[in-house]
Amino acid sequence: MRISEWFRSGTPWVWLSASAVAANVFLVASLLVVLVWQGFGHFWPHPVLDVTLPAEGGRVIGEPSQSETVPVGRLRSLGLPVPEGRDMVERQLLKVGNRDLLGSDFRWLMADDLQGARYPSDLAVMERREWGNFYGFVRAVKQEGQVVAEGDAVAAAVAERLERALAIHEEIRHTEKDEIGAINYGLERLRLRGRRLELDKDADPAKREAIEAERKALQAEYAGLQQKLVDLYGQIRRDALLVEVSSGQQVEVPLQKIVRVYYPNAMGLSGKLAFYFGKLGEFVADEPREANTEGGIFPAIFGTVLMVFIMTLLVAPFGVIAAVYLREYAHQGALTQLIRIAVNNLAGVPSIVYGVFGLGFFVYFLGGHLDRIFFPEALPAPTFGTPGLIWASLTLAILTVPVVIVSTEEGLTRIPRMIREGSLALGATKWETLWRTVLPMSSPAIMTGLILAIARAAGEVAPLMLVGVVKLAPSLPLDGNAPFIHLERKFMHLGFHIYDVGFQSPNVEAARPLVYATALLLVLVILALNLVAITIRNRLRERFRAEES
Amino acid sequence: MKPSLNMKTPLTHGVDISALGRKIGQDAPSRADICLAVQNLKLFYGDKLALKSIDLEIPRKRVTAFIGPSGCGKSTLLRCFNRMNDLIDSVTIEGTILLDGHSILHPAVNVADLRRRVGMVFQKPNPFPKSIYENVTYGLRIQGVNNRRLLDEIVERSLKRAALWDEVKDRLHDSAMGLSGGQQQRLVIARAIAIEPEVILLDEPASALDPISTLKIEELIYELKANYTIVIVTHNMQQAARVSDYTAFMYMGELIEFGPTDRLFTTPAKKQTEDYITGRYG
Repeated sequence: MRISEWFRSGTPWVWLSASAVAANVFLVASLLVVLVWQGFGHFWPHPVLDVTLPAEGGRVIGEPSQSETVPVGRLRSLGLPVPEGRDMVERQLLKVGNRDLLGSDFRWLMADDLQGARYPSDLAVMERREWGNFYGFVRAVKQEGQVVAEGDAVAAAVAERLERALAIHEEIRHTEKDEIGAINYGLERLRLRGRRLELDKDADPAKREAIEAERKALQAEYAGLQQKLVDLYGQIRRDALLVEVSSGQQVEVPLQKIVRVYYPNAMGLSGKLAFYFGKLGEFVADEPREANTEGGIFPAIFGTVLMVFIMTLLVAPFGVIAAVYLREYAHQGALTQLIRIAVNNLAGVPSIVYGVFGLGFFVYFLGGHLDRIFFPEALPAPTFGTPGLIWASLTLAILTVPVVIVSTEEGLTRIPRMIREGSLALGATKWETLWRTVLPMSSPAIMTGLILAIARAAGEVAPLMLVGVVKLAPSLPLDGNAPFIHLERKFMHLGFHIYDVGFQSPNVEAARPLVYATALLLVLVILALNLVAITIRNRLRERFRAEES
Repeated sequence: MKPSLNMKTPLTHGVDISALGRKIGQDAPSRADICLAVQNLKLFYGDKLALKSIDLEIPRKRVTAFIGPSGCGKSTLLRCFNRMNDLIDSVTIEGTILLDGHSILHPAVNVADLRRRVGMVFQKPNPFPKSIYENVTYGLRIQGVNNRRLLDEIVERSLKRAALWDEVKDRLHDSAMGLSGGQQQRLVIARAIAIEPEVILLDEPASALDPISTLKIEELIYELKANYTIVIVTHNMQQAARVSDYTAFMYMGELIEFGPTDRLFTTPAKKQTEDYITGRYG
């Protein structure tokens, strides 16, 4: 009796639904915690140990990265020496770096062997542009083969000379990428203009001469830059570090390859924090290095945001117009109902199918025809007939248009009839009523549709691989060369970046934390995009809040 | 059952009372004192006959009230005058309605133009979720009036006529949704008269309002009849008696009796009318 009353009171259902909510909150929270811990922990400077192994093991310098407890049997089967008398043994993975010397970045050691590890404060970590980290003791600084600093003077000399090298490197990068890039772009355009004249059978010598003159000017400029580059390369090659590695051998490391030198064992908390945020900043704002396993992911963030933005610009008018016709003008018969069902079902089509459609229809058919009509001078090299930003945006627009249509229709039906009649009674036509009153009042619902569309589009990866995303794009789709936005270019995307870094990387172990960090960033980017959209929606809601009736 | 037209009806013949409304045709001089004439009007909802052969002549610049029990067709008849029934797919209409002697039911009539000449106020206040100012100028802006001075002038004049100016003149650009129900209803009336219609249709304009707001609306109707032909639907017989000059009693889709309000309420010609106004049914 008591129990049945308890059931009738509804209390168990309240508990059930509350625990469902709690489970959801727990899952979301643990997702974020895992991403933050695994991803953003990666940038924290870990101490580097220096240990001499017992027996003939030699000496190891490295950064502890993870440890595990394994059954002895498994180690024995791998042919490793194991201590007697224990079932389980703990072992530690060390990042030993120096890939060019040692062959691999990582090495497992028995936890027992690490008893006598030391953490010397002058042990340096050098981040390089290629070949990963380098660990060792900087013994001397050399300039053009001559030792210029030794002993205590080394640290200061390294810092000073590294700054110079980085400045020169930045200038080289700027010259190569921006200045020479612009010249190349200009030359390519001239070539196309020349080809265009040929195709048009335009034999006007004045035009040809103009092109030729421009080409000469660009080439002269190029020659100047080339000379400047040679000088810069000469300058950056000046210094090198003499580093003592674990084997005791002294190795020369050219300073031009080094991004950063730090002494993790000597760092205080403030030093570590500064280092951490420096790395984090680099991750967010820099370009990737070393097959995406080092450096930043800025092009991927930029590509994701730009793609979503263009997608929104395409999907909003398209979806709204379609919904207005379906709801306001179409005769509400069986055909309209059928179309509505079809549109709703489109939302459930697997996204890879849209990718295939985008490749077949947009890229090959539409893009191919565009090329033949507008860009014949570039053929056989495709301009728009190849995967690119615009096609990816369009494909995702098609993918998300059902959501926008459905929520816009929903919004239109929710406008009270009194409001429409009020407008019509003042002599407004149906179109004027829609445009001046009904659509503005539906804008919060339209925004809801866009929010859902953005969330879906930003997280989509599969179709993008077919229609425009690449693992490494040489240049951003937005740059200083007219017409500034290059919709035909391929671009990078956070979702694909995760896949690429995690599964296609040559150095999976080193890249794993980046997978988590990139995933977290993807979540944050989607969150930011959604927050913007939600803010706009709430403003609109406040503005068009009609009395509930 | 025609109203006596030779009472004190002022002659509006030759006076252009639709400054902004576009004319459907010229005034018919001989019928100048009849604004709306309904001839043998039948209205079907699908197969169901909802208005059974209505004949009625509504005099100009007078208040005409439609009374009758719920579902008798009075609102449906009212909504024929600005063709609001066009919005309902299943409705078909037969017969004629003449506005100033010209048919308004003809398919070639521009409905938007008609609605500029025949304004309407609904049962529930339905201001747009825009500012008070934008609400009043809505109809004008649709006609392409964008002259700020002219708009300011019309807003002030319309709100004054709707007896709302003093209450809102300091917050014209605040949202109309912040007004009380009675104020919203007067705003909707101001919105309707801003485009200078000839006829104002009021569909139970006070039924959603409190007694004080109702009184204000009634006073307003009394003021407005100097300039406009007013047709009001009400289920409140006291209200009909207070505000109207002529009253039509409808029952089950039929026009039972039509005449000057004083006479209809004191000496009804039909038994059904008498039963209704004395409260025996309805």
